[in-house]
Amino acid sequence: MKILVVEDDSDAAAYLLRALKEAGHNPDHAGDGETGLEMARAANYDVLIVDRMLPKRDGLSLISELRSQDEETPVLILSALGQVDDRVKGLRSGGDDYLTKPYAFSELLARIEILARRRKPDETEHHLQVGELELDRLSREVKRAGKKILLQPREFRLLEFLMRNAGKVVTRTMLLEEVWDYHFDPQTNVIDVHISRLRGKIDRDFDQPMLETVRGAGYILRDPSGG
Amino acid sequence: MFERVKSIWRVTAVRLSVAYTLAFGLMAIFLVLYMTGGAVDYLRQQYQETINEEVASLEKIYRERGLNSVIRTMEARATAPGANLYVISDPNGQILAGNVRTIETGVLRSEGWVLHPFEYQPFQVENDERNHRAVARAFILPNGMRILIGRDIGEPERFRDVVRRALTLSMLMMLAVGFLIWFFVGRRALKRIDSVSRSTERILAGDRSERLPVMGSNDEFDRLSRRMNAMLDRITVLDSGLKSVSDSIAHDLKTPLTRIRNKADGVLRADADDTEQVVALGEIIEEADQLIKVFNALLMISRVEAGSQVAELTPIDISALIADIAELYEPLAEEEGFAFTVKTEPDLMVQGNRELLSQAVSNLIDNALKYADGGEHNGKQIELRLYREKGSIVVAVSDKGPGIPPQDYERAKERFSRLDESRTKPGSGLGLALVDAIAKLHSGQLEMSDAQPGLLVRILLPALEK
Repeated sequence: MKILVVEDDSDAAAYLLRALKEAGHNPDHAGDGETGLEMARAANYDVLIVDRMLPKRDGLSLISELRSQDEETPVLILSALGQVDDRVKGLRSGGDDYLTKPYAFSELLARIEILARRRKPDETEHHLQVGELELDRLSREVKRAGKKILLQPREFRLLEFLMRNAGKVVTRTMLLEEVWDYHFDPQTNVIDVHISRLRGKIDRDFDQPMLETVRGAGYILRDPSGG
Repeated sequence: MFERVKSIWRVTAVRLSVAYTLAFGLMAIFLVLYMTGGAVDYLRQQYQETINEEVASLEKIYRERGLNSVIRTMEARATAPGANLYVISDPNGQILAGNVRTIETGVLRSEGWVLHPFEYQPFQVENDERNHRAVARAFILPNGMRILIGRDIGEPERFRDVVRRALTLSMLMMLAVGFLIWFFVGRRALKRIDSVSRSTERILAGDRSERLPVMGSNDEFDRLSRRMNAMLDRITVLDSGLKSVSDSIAHDLKTPLTRIRNKADGVLRADADDTEQVVALGEIIEEADQLIKVFNALLMISRVEAGSQVAELTPIDISALIADIAELYEPLAEEEGFAFTVKTEPDLMVQGNRELLSQAVSNLIDNALKYADGGEHNGKQIELRLYREKGSIVVAVSDKGPGIPPQDYERAKERFSRLDESRTKPGSGLGLALVDAIAKLHSGQLEMSDAQPGLLVRILLPALEK
């Protein structure tokens, strides 16, 4: 993926660029808001990673300026502020996701991969399929290999999110945000238990597990047949 | 001297007093002139009418009975008390009859109205030194004789003078009183402002124990001083909180940082193989993530403590909020072997922030899950309750664990205040501090008590009527 990192702290930028390269991406760097805006306009990036506080033009103004022409390119906002309402302000200005510094790189990587995929709008699609697993949002039915699986409402939303992002790592924080709409980190592993319950329902009676744990990062839902 | 005047002039109260006095004085002078002038005009008009009537009646007598009758009538009228002025003179201005001894020269030579007051001396009063002034109307008879009919205007002039004197006197008194008021009240106020600014100077200079003076009179100055003192107290508390927090940070974060350093050092020195290195690095990342969490929690607490601009408070359905949190934790509690019961009342509303309140309740449940093993005797139980108590909405989390001794309740709310028995368990010691800050942000309280056995933690929030 072609990624533009707009970040004025050169250490943080260097670390981010190297890590993104190692993860197989193709990152560019802009050191201030004006350059960032020019570069974002000039080239077609898959994802922008924008720091909130930048010299010359701050992150939020960069995003809203960019949004006046470019509705598409997903933007991840990085911020050291992290007030409760900061997230809301960031998203309101046109950002697509928000990550508070300090963050774990695995979290950032998972988020930009999902952001880049989100460009193809499939939110309206009501029938989801990953391998032999099927989910219908209208009838609220879930089947694996044609066999009906009964889920609690929250488990249904959890599975729906995992299926939409099948093949990508989703982190616990992302699940808390997307499925429960909480933006804090509980001290305990609440999500793990929900996942293991869900796993019990979709994987137990089948030979090949679909829902895997990625150590140190989160979870991934995969089509075991490799599709 | 000039410098001193200038410095007095800089004082607001003095400038205001002078401006008020000037404005008021000008206004008063205008009023006095207008009122007295009006009254005099009115009286003069009255006199002119009186004179006209007199002239008309004398004319009538003249036409009917001739000049001699007029003169006789005038002489008769002139002796009556409070009479008008009557003068009959020859063409040369020599007074022949009437009740006037002398008259200002020139008046008798004119004809018609003499409205500019002129001076004269009446007959009746002996040794009269007063100035007599009058207005009059003069006629020249066909034979060259002159008749003057007038009226003394001493009375309205005296009236005017009396009023002017009274008003001038009262204005002088007002000035004096104003000065006295400024001297005793304004100067006192200025002195207090000075003492306040001296106190602030000392506080600025670093004396944190200095407070603004309170006289006990409970006036505006006392109220202002009290508020400022309360503010200073609060700042001092926050300040010392900050100090103890930075001490705690230094102390509590040194340990994990040292662990991280030693781990990295260990792998670097030993001839560790690849798998050992990967394991060690994984552990280092975990430790670092834990540190990040601690920093986030610290930041969060100080943001929440900073005040309400951090998060928008809106009316929220706390019954639904508690149900959501319960749903999030129920599987974990069950997994850990806890009996997790939830009792809520429906449709309770508070003014709050969903995110923060959820986090507060989540912290309480996390704590209970961590510490509330009641052992064989009491078992593992957590109860989450939401109910209304008078004007408050209460969120209560109780367990059957070892609890906290009552003398440690307050300490448990402090940052990094892990009580001795919990030192061995993982955790930052920030959970309850954040709950406390969130409760305060919502104008609520965090209370702890003995659940006999176990710990009962309650968040009390002001109820919002639907």
